[in-house]
Amino acid sequence: MAQATLASRETAPAAFQTIRTPDAHPRPTKVKASGVKVFYGPKQALHGVSIDIPVKSVTAFIGPSGCGKSTFLRCLNRMNDTIDGCRVEGEILLDDRDIYDPSLDVVELRARVGMVFQKPNPFPKSIFDNVAYGPRIHGLARSKTDLEEIVVSSLQKASLFNEVKDRLHEPGTGLSGGQQQRLCIARTIAVSPDVILMDEPCSALDPIATAKVEELIDELRTNFTIVIVTHSMQQAARVSQRTAFFHLGNLVEEGPTDQVFTNPVEKRTQDYITGRYG
Amino acid sequence: MSDTALAGPVDWTSQQAAGRRRSRHAANRRLQFYGIAAISTAIGLLGLLITTLVIGGYPAFLQTKITLDFPIKAEYVDAANPAGGNYRAVVRDALLGIAPEATTPPQQRLLGQLLTNNTQFFVRDAVVANPSVIGGTLTLTVPASDPIDQLNKGLIDRDLPENQRRVNDVQLGFYDRLVAENRVSAPFNWALFFNADSRFPELAGLAGAITGSFYALLVCFLISFPVGIAAAIYLEEFAPRNRWTYLIEVNINNLAAVPSIVFGLLGLAVFIQVFGIPRSAPLAGGMVLALMTLPTMIIVTRASLKAIPPSIREGALGVGASKHQVIMHHVLPLALPGILTGTIIGLAQALGETAPLLLVGMNAFITSPPGGILEASTALPTQIFIWADSPERGFTSRTSAAILVLLAFLVVMNGIAIFLRQRLERRW
Repeated sequence: MAQATLASRETAPAAFQTIRTPDAHPRPTKVKASGVKVFYGPKQALHGVSIDIPVKSVTAFIGPSGCGKSTFLRCLNRMNDTIDGCRVEGEILLDDRDIYDPSLDVVELRARVGMVFQKPNPFPKSIFDNVAYGPRIHGLARSKTDLEEIVVSSLQKASLFNEVKDRLHEPGTGLSGGQQQRLCIARTIAVSPDVILMDEPCSALDPIATAKVEELIDELRTNFTIVIVTHSMQQAARVSQRTAFFHLGNLVEEGPTDQVFTNPVEKRTQDYITGRYG
Repeated sequence: MSDTALAGPVDWTSQQAAGRRRSRHAANRRLQFYGIAAISTAIGLLGLLITTLVIGGYPAFLQTKITLDFPIKAEYVDAANPAGGNYRAVVRDALLGIAPEATTPPQQRLLGQLLTNNTQFFVRDAVVANPSVIGGTLTLTVPASDPIDQLNKGLIDRDLPENQRRVNDVQLGFYDRLVAENRVSAPFNWALFFNADSRFPELAGLAGAITGSFYALLVCFLISFPVGIAAAIYLEEFAPRNRWTYLIEVNINNLAAVPSIVFGLLGLAVFIQVFGIPRSAPLAGGMVLALMTLPTMIIVTRASLKAIPPSIREGALGVGASKHQVIMHHVLPLALPGILTGTIIGLAQALGETAPLLLVGMNAFITSPPGGILEASTALPTQIFIWADSPERGFTSRTSAAILVLLAFLVVMNGIAIFLRQRLERRW
């Protein structure tokens, strides 16, 4: 008995059918992935993932460690290009444009699809320069006052301005962990991206800082499409509108957050959510 | 496994436990002792080196000088042409003023040997600068000759029989008379730093060598700094990881271990004979030193670049910076302190290199500092080599003094490197 259930969990079927539950009122698709496979050398990390990310809402990726959710996230802004030996197959469309098209400028892609990392990584520059760097290199500010406006409004949108308005020229690395992460979010939104990818943004933060960042994500979703990878199911339940469950490189189930957490279709999803494994 | 239970708690009070404790403590003490012995040996040897150099070299930092009154008679020096006067006669008359009994030529020659050979030129330069002394008396302090310098510093034994001494009895008498008249002084030997090389130890200095070393290091820095950094950035950031780049890395590391004299042969064969760079020029020396410093620069720069955490690069890439922007705006500024430290240390090593400079000819005998990088020159280490070979006694102490000057430069350069490293160290 025990052996049989163990087998059904550990081996992933070759051609996998994701269980999808559409929204009652589906929003337009911002990012469309079809049959995305990722190989690290000979090892296959993702087996044909297909998903539609709706615009201006929060989509959460959950799953046990090593299931491929961060790998898939990094495909969306081609950060996997920086990893030696990583090969991506399949198609990912941003607003109906293939992001792996050779004619597409990957720098422009990364400005339109921003990323916030697990460990806050502000540049060792001043807070002002941290936020101003993106607009500077992309020529988004025509003058110094323009640039200051962009920096101030980004910091305000990231709920950080009031805390740092007196010390904009102090180094960004001197802030607390939660403030640093909000600074990284401000830095990302300063270039006015369409999509913000967040790879476990709160896992290095204390509960109060986590609450602030989650509040921020809720405010940001009115203007940006957000995809968040999280280990915490409570966080996914609080913050997202749609949830996708990954397991062993496959997208097992995706649907509205309420439905996935209260009434999952797949047994594996249920087992993970109720804590039987993962 | 077997049916015995796990061993019971250890008895820490038994004889064996006490014995183990004693031997543990003894092993600790032995290890500490070895460490202290090793470092004492190292410091002791270093101290021995410095002490030998200081004892041998400190006489060179003082120069015996003699103050004389030189009567500038109008019959010797024409006011219309001060430079063309008979200054030998002026000097002879001045010396006769001290020892009027020296009337025969051999006695006057012995007397003349008290002062440096170039005294007449010093007097001439003083008169040309101030022609109003013609007809009057000029009081001038000139360096003493090398034997008198040694005598004044107590390095010549007066009790030896006359034929075993460099200074004979007659000259001893003249010297004693000068001392009695308070005409002999031994001020700090600034000439060691401001004069160029000379046949005469009392006039020899390091100015030519210091200038030559400076030019050579300048050329070395201007070539190896940009080339080394650019090569390291390419190897670290852009080059694919395949067999060819691995081969290049191995070769660069091996270049750092090539004997320096091989680079000297390369300099002689290629830079001087094929490129036609003048022999003994700091340009040739600098290019050879650049080749030697290049592997160090590349290795140090790569290490500094590797030390930058990938989170900084990812953060920059995530905001949409291109690879070139990531390197120039983020990685390189953060790696610069490490690169700078490595550069200074590399230059300090290049300062002390002797063999390649000898082959390139930077041991020319020049009597004035080089004006540019294409003029014949010496360098500090090669100047030491030349002086060590010279027969005059005065060069013995000057060689040790020159070594001390070289060591001082090295200590200062390494000190700057350490200071910079402390100041610019960053914590991310």
